[in-house]
Amino acid sequence: MVKCIDLHKSYGQTIALQGVSFEVNAGEIFGIIGPDGAGKTTLFRILTTLILANQGSATVNGFDVVKEYREIRKCVGYMPGRFSLYQDLTVEENLEFFATVFNTTVEENYELIKDIYQQIEPFKKRRAGKLSGGMKQKLALSCALIHKPTVLFLDEPTTGVDPVSRKEFWGMLKKLKAQGITILVSTPYMDEASLCDRIALIQKGKFLSIDTPQNIVNQYKNQLWAVRSMNMSKLLNDLRSNKSFENCFAFGDSHHVSIENKKLEIKTLEEYLLKCGHTDIEITEIQPTIEDCFMEISKDTTL
Amino acid sequence: MENVITATNLTKQFGHFTAVDQISFEVERGEIFGFLGANGAGKTTAMRMLCGLSKPTSGIGTVAGFDIHTQTEKVKKNIGYMSQKFSLYDDLKVWENIELFGGIYGMNDQDIKIKTDKLMYELNFEKERNMLVASLPLGFKQKLAFSVAIFHQPQVVFLDEPTGGVDPVTRRMFWEMIYKAAENGITVFVTTHYMDEAEYCNRVSIMVDGRIEALDSPKNLKANYSAKNMDEVFQKLARKSQRIE
Amino acid sequence: MKQLLSFVRKEFYHILRDKTTILILLLMPIIQIILFGFALTTEVKDTRVAVLIPQSDEITTKLVERIHASSYFDVVNTIQSSYEIQKTFRDSQAKLVLVFENDFAAKLKHDGIAHIQLIADATDPNAATSFTFYVSNIISSYQQDMIGTMKNPYQITPEVKMLYNPQMIGAFNFVPGVLGMILILICAMMTSIAIVREKEKGTMEILLVSPMRPIYTILAKITPYFVLSCINFLTIIILSVFVLKVPIAGSFFTLVIISMLYIFVALALGLLISTLTESQVAAMLISGMALMIPVMLLSGMIFPIENMPLPLQIFSNVIPARWYISAVKLVMIQGLGFSAIIKEMLVLSFMAITLIAISLKKFKVRLE
Repeated sequence: MVKCIDLHKSYGQTIALQGVSFEVNAGEIFGIIGPDGAGKTTLFRILTTLILANQGSATVNGFDVVKEYREIRKCVGYMPGRFSLYQDLTVEENLEFFATVFNTTVEENYELIKDIYQQIEPFKKRRAGKLSGGMKQKLALSCALIHKPTVLFLDEPTTGVDPVSRKEFWGMLKKLKAQGITILVSTPYMDEASLCDRIALIQKGKFLSIDTPQNIVNQYKNQLWAVRSMNMSKLLNDLRSNKSFENCFAFGDSHHVSIENKKLEIKTLEEYLLKCGHTDIEITEIQPTIEDCFMEISKDTTL
Repeated sequence: MENVITATNLTKQFGHFTAVDQISFEVERGEIFGFLGANGAGKTTAMRMLCGLSKPTSGIGTVAGFDIHTQTEKVKKNIGYMSQKFSLYDDLKVWENIELFGGIYGMNDQDIKIKTDKLMYELNFEKERNMLVASLPLGFKQKLAFSVAIFHQPQVVFLDEPTGGVDPVTRRMFWEMIYKAAENGITVFVTTHYMDEAEYCNRVSIMVDGRIEALDSPKNLKANYSAKNMDEVFQKLARKSQRIE
Repeated sequence: MKQLLSFVRKEFYHILRDKTTILILLLMPIIQIILFGFALTTEVKDTRVAVLIPQSDEITTKLVERIHASSYFDVVNTIQSSYEIQKTFRDSQAKLVLVFENDFAAKLKHDGIAHIQLIADATDPNAATSFTFYVSNIISSYQQDMIGTMKNPYQITPEVKMLYNPQMIGAFNFVPGVLGMILILICAMMTSIAIVREKEKGTMEILLVSPMRPIYTILAKITPYFVLSCINFLTIIILSVFVLKVPIAGSFFTLVIISMLYIFVALALGLLISTLTESQVAAMLISGMALMIPVMLLSGMIFPIENMPLPLQIFSNVIPARWYISAVKLVMIQGLGFSAIIKEMLVLSFMAITLIAISLKKFKVRLE
């Protein structure tokens, strides 16, 4: 459905993409996971025919992004960051306008957006500018779907949105996938990665890894322990001073300790921490999250 | 332990719409206080009142000992502020930004110079000192922005989603800077949508529909709501929202 | 077609919902007309005059009375010595001082000649020229009357006649200028801002990634401002004719044709500006700087082109307003027909076609 071969893009001195290649199958939810500035928006803009790559080629739904851009523009849905909506038009007016832009009507594909739109329908006479982030998100999604696109490009649709709305949003995406729409979505939130069929981890214009979330987790080489104690701040320092660990990072309510040398035992660590003066020590071996994997893989490129 | 921020029945109304509905809380010196809530719950409005940017409709509040109704200028002098949207001037160099904000907060030139050198060393920014902020990677920018926000040693620093979109490693480095600042006595008032960051706070408040629905340490909140982590706590509370907009 | 209509409707929503801007756009011409028509006038009225008459006699008295009686002048003071002349000007008591020669009447009767000195405050040279001219007229006409009672075989009487605008009403000059300026401001500046706003807000991205042809975007952006300009055009004409009493000497239809042409040029200019900038502020500044100022200074609206140095005269040919204002003057004030404004029409048509061609070519199908 979407195919990229060795895409390169620079803006003057800044290199945005350094040789990106991947494929997305029809009906997949493909996530592009990475922080700001990694190149996600640039990639999306190339695929939606908004900008031209310096090098490489790409096709969407069989059409070349350079030569057959008009065809692509008829069959894709695009939701750029910042939920581009007309602030001074109402919810209803925005939807109707975009419907005509796509040569269709709101009624024609209403089934597709019904679940989403019904949540904002009570506010249909309200100006888009006066909606909250979660509502704007839903409206923008509806507008991007109104013409039943074959491929949906969502550029950071959940950034700056609270966790509840984010969760709801992903629920909506799953339903869309069931309708056969291929979805490419980018996000900086690592926890959303597990909701995709396949993901690509991107950092500084390069894909670090492309696979299913589970495979990426399986490929994590080291052992991972979650460590807790009474004094988390001190714990972090003490863990770091102990040189037997690869890495130690805070992960919410516990610290994740990454161990290369599988010979290390939990008991040893426990003793060490007791000596440091910690109480209420909890150490458990855990499966890595996508975030752990990302940090591990991107280690070499960041620092 | 003295209270650096106090709020009693703080309310803000826009016409018929009550954005913030009688919230009351206190924040102690050196605390890391997480201020959570869904979009539209009233977080930003509440923060603006505390920063002296917006006048409350009713209720009282003090920040750094100054009244947020009548002494807004004094409040502003004693706080630091950093948000995701703006923190530094892109077209000024690193040291120029520091000098600018130092000056705005009334530091004298000698002080600024000494502290700038110290900061550059601590952040390992010696090479980047003369670079335009626009050319810094996002992670660097955010770290620098935070340092600038606390440069003048304010009593409280307000952080509005400071780690949005930042890569995971830098996010953690950022929070380590927050810890250090708190250890040095700076009270940190932070909002975030990363629920794992909520765990790093001493106490967390969750706003729903303009009211504070929960206020406690992450540990207690998880116990009270039978949740594994803060994300679950948040999901349970925020779902009750009537304000589905 | 449906796409275009929907888009145009959206554009009207934007404009109508921005109450401040639309108020300014509709009120601006009215305010300008009133200002230029009534408040800012270069006409001479009630100019304060002081007279220095060493010895009053019947001629000096009658002359002074005549001057005073005219609506253009107001004799406010009679001063006694040349000493006081300086003081009169310094204290702004008068803008003109008439100094009569000693024994004025006697000298006139016996020598056939007597002198009056006109000393004018030429701080505003244009005004000074005007009122010295007027006062000379009054003196000459008095002289004429006197001649009837005296023997003087040779008489060369200059006869001055003011064509088209006999009363020299300033408004005749300003109405075409105001038309030129308002129309180009609304069309060029507002159109360019409207297009750039889409770019700035990010909605342009969505419009591009759609089957809608970019030409529709352009047409839809232009249409509301075209309508607005027509409304303003009519407002200005109505105000001019009925309030300022500036008649349309020529054909109204011709006026409409040339105005439509000018509006097209202005719209094309707006389009071109929008392809050059990424932010609304920049669009506004470029429109303001590049349009307003040259129009005000170099189009012949305020300062006559013939008086400018050659390089500027040549440059003023590039300014569309110059041609439009000239055409309007020919049609509205002089009452001439199509044949007289062929040159202007050709130039404006050429400008319109060129600008539209360039803008369309520059209009980006992609973001960069």
